Amino acid sequence: MNTELTGVIFTYLLTLAIAIPLGRYIAKVFKGEKTWLDFLAPLDRFIFRFSGIDTKREMNWKQHLLALLTINSVWLIYAFVCLMAQGHLPLNPDANPGQSPDTAFNTAISFLVNCNLQHYSGESGATYFTQHFVFMFLHFVSAATGIAALVVVFRAMKDKVTDKLGNFWEYFVKSITRILLPISFVIAVIFAFNGMTTSYAGKDTFISMQGDTVHVSRGPVAAMVAIKHLGTNGGGWFGANSAHPIENPNYLTNTVELVAQLIIPIGLVFALGFYLNKKRFAYVIFGVMTLGMLLLMIPTINAELNGNPAIAHMGISQPTGAMEGKEVRFGPLNSAYWSIMTTITSTGSVNSMHDSAMPVSGLSMLLGMMINCFYGGCGVGILNFYIFVVVAVFISGLMVGRTPEFLGRKIEAREMKIASLIALLHPFIILVGLAISSYFIVHVPGTDWAVKPSAWLNNPGNHGFSEMLYEYSSAAANNGSGFEGLGDGNIFWNYTTGIVMILGRFLPIIGPLAIAGLLANKKNIPESAGTLKSDTSTFGLMIFAVIIIIAALSFFPALALGPIAEYFSLK
Amino acid sequence: MSQISYLKSKKEMKTYLLPSIKLTLILIVLTAGIYPLAIAGMGKFTPGKGDGETITYKGRVVGYANIGQKFTKDEYFWGRPSAVDYNAAGSGGSNKGPSNPDYLKQVEGRIDDFLKHNPGVTRSQIPAELVTASGSGLDPDLSPAGAKVQVARVAKVRGLSVDAVNKLVDEHTEQPLLGLFGPAKVNVLKLNVALDRVKK
Repeated sequence: MNTELTGVIFTYLLTLAIAIPLGRYIAKVFKGEKTWLDFLAPLDRFIFRFSGIDTKREMNWKQHLLALLTINSVWLIYAFVCLMAQGHLPLNPDANPGQSPDTAFNTAISFLVNCNLQHYSGESGATYFTQHFVFMFLHFVSAATGIAALVVVFRAMKDKVTDKLGNFWEYFVKSITRILLPISFVIAVIFAFNGMTTSYAGKDTFISMQGDTVHVSRGPVAAMVAIKHLGTNGGGWFGANSAHPIENPNYLTNTVELVAQLIIPIGLVFALGFYLNKKRFAYVIFGVMTLGMLLLMIPTINAELNGNPAIAHMGISQPTGAMEGKEVRFGPLNSAYWSIMTTITSTGSVNSMHDSAMPVSGLSMLLGMMINCFYGGCGVGILNFYIFVVVAVFISGLMVGRTPEFLGRKIEAREMKIASLIALLHPFIILVGLAISSYFIVHVPGTDWAVKPSAWLNNPGNHGFSEMLYEYSSAAANNGSGFEGLGDGNIFWNYTTGIVMILGRFLPIIGPLAIAGLLANKKNIPESAGTLKSDTSTFGLMIFAVIIIIAALSFFPALALGPIAEYFSLK
Repeated sequence: MSQISYLKSKKEMKTYLLPSIKLTLILIVLTAGIYPLAIAGMGKFTPGKGDGETITYKGRVVGYANIGQKFTKDEYFWGRPSAVDYNAAGSGGSNKGPSNPDYLKQVEGRIDDFLKHNPGVTRSQIPAELVTASGSGLDPDLSPAGAKVQVARVAKVRGLSVDAVNKLVDEHTEQPLLGLFGPAKVNVLKLNVALDRVKK
């Protein structure tokens, strides 16, 4: 079998082999059972004592949300101030300037919400201080926010009727000290020994073989790239992200980066099974997610392996596949695998330039972000999935003419209203953004911004339209990858995507938490013959159908104008 | 919201604000201070000492092992086209879509240029990577086929036998990880340094 294919299959199997035991471990951490990292307990206690937190104080769902939103607001202000002032702060060996207010607004939100859309280039638009003390810090805490929110929902799904759902700070801090930090450390050490730079030395200069003077950007990259993937963040050190040879030096680091971005999203699905002792339900969720992944993955790999038909017409051989925007050390097959994994999870790091991918690949990546719950981001993937589960339960209930119940709780009008609102929010913010940007390009192309609307698109025709669609999908899904040809470094894109990102982050956290909290307080209905079983493949297919109808079909008209039209025009 | 519940939530905000600020401070120290410093410490024991691995030729640093550099002379193996002209102060791809007519013209131009410098090579022998820009603009590698197709040119310009240059390419071909995973590749800088060593 060819080594590019075995590489990808090995990567996926390795991911599962790590994710399943990790899921068991995560469940133990949040159940408060013994684990082998318990020697870190004094660190937790020190953090809680320093912060004046009593973890024994249990919170209801509203208090959880208040805690979550309060600390996120603190980070937003902190990040914004640091980015504006970075030119005057220490650890700036390359003497880079502070960010403009609109770029800082966008960047601060982007990292806060685990999106990591980057409207600046790491080499010139950030300093070592902001890379570590803002971006990497937010990598950790935004991922931990997602995990902690999910644990609240886990807790609410238990049988007990209660409004006491544990302590937010405890979930949040343990996500960092027991999960994210230890694993990141191991990954970063692997990276350091495979050619990623770790020192704080600034740019280097050398004379090349042909006599050119070359400056090389460097920096303490390894530590950040570890959590960048583990936390499904995706915001990289360099402009080219994980296509950059320092940020991803070889096939081994590439494999580790791929595994790292999936083990927590997949691990959390299994953690749900272990935590609630409903393993079959976890398998159903995993099955639906994996089916969705494969339906996006296979056409993408096929398209990339076949190469660009326009280049084939020139008589050029594409033995490995389409190479524009790709790196030789990974190859098109691996880059196709990466591009789907990074868009279905909310990672959004890239090891090839998505803008240059084939139309079918672009379509699959867009769908990955539009659906946003095939594995999904750290914690938030299952929260998004949870919304679809609620809708599926409701529709199934109507179909058999019974009051819909999920895990022994009645789903009533209030929960359904919240679920519908959240489910429709995603297409709404993407398509409204797209409509506004299209309007500007057509009607005020000459507006005097850093990049005029007439110059926004790097490609003409349908592909240019896809660039805008991709940008808003990525912002709303908190993904962070881009069709990077888009001229997004200006006031319009910084503010509009900033707003989309913040709505696309917090409402889909608030909604599921509210639903779960409301359900937890309802009385438990004992299972009967008429109960809808949540752990069957029939129910899995029902969820899948709901996802396709709500998420995918709302976007069909926009997709038809973008990648689908490009596919039919490319010969 | 009624007045009472508003006041209540304002008070709750306060009970969360102070812990939020303190928790933020200590986590900044832990995740952005201690953690990367520990990694930087480990980095000192790596081959490049954490600064990146360099290649030395004739007593001076001529490049970074992992970072591609510009080769345009016929006596050297060329690397891939670069959207940033191999300026490693930045990085990036062309971001050209597959259907972009300007882009396709550019590719056509690269093909013509390659054929001009490599007489005897036919279009179907040129692998796509030699006429398409990489994602980073700093791709250090070629596929073995991408190097082999340039052997005749390099051998002729340098007055070496084709066999000798072919052998050099084979020696510098890095096999897939563990022989099982991923593509084979040739590091262009290392290959060209080896070529210059042969001449002397």
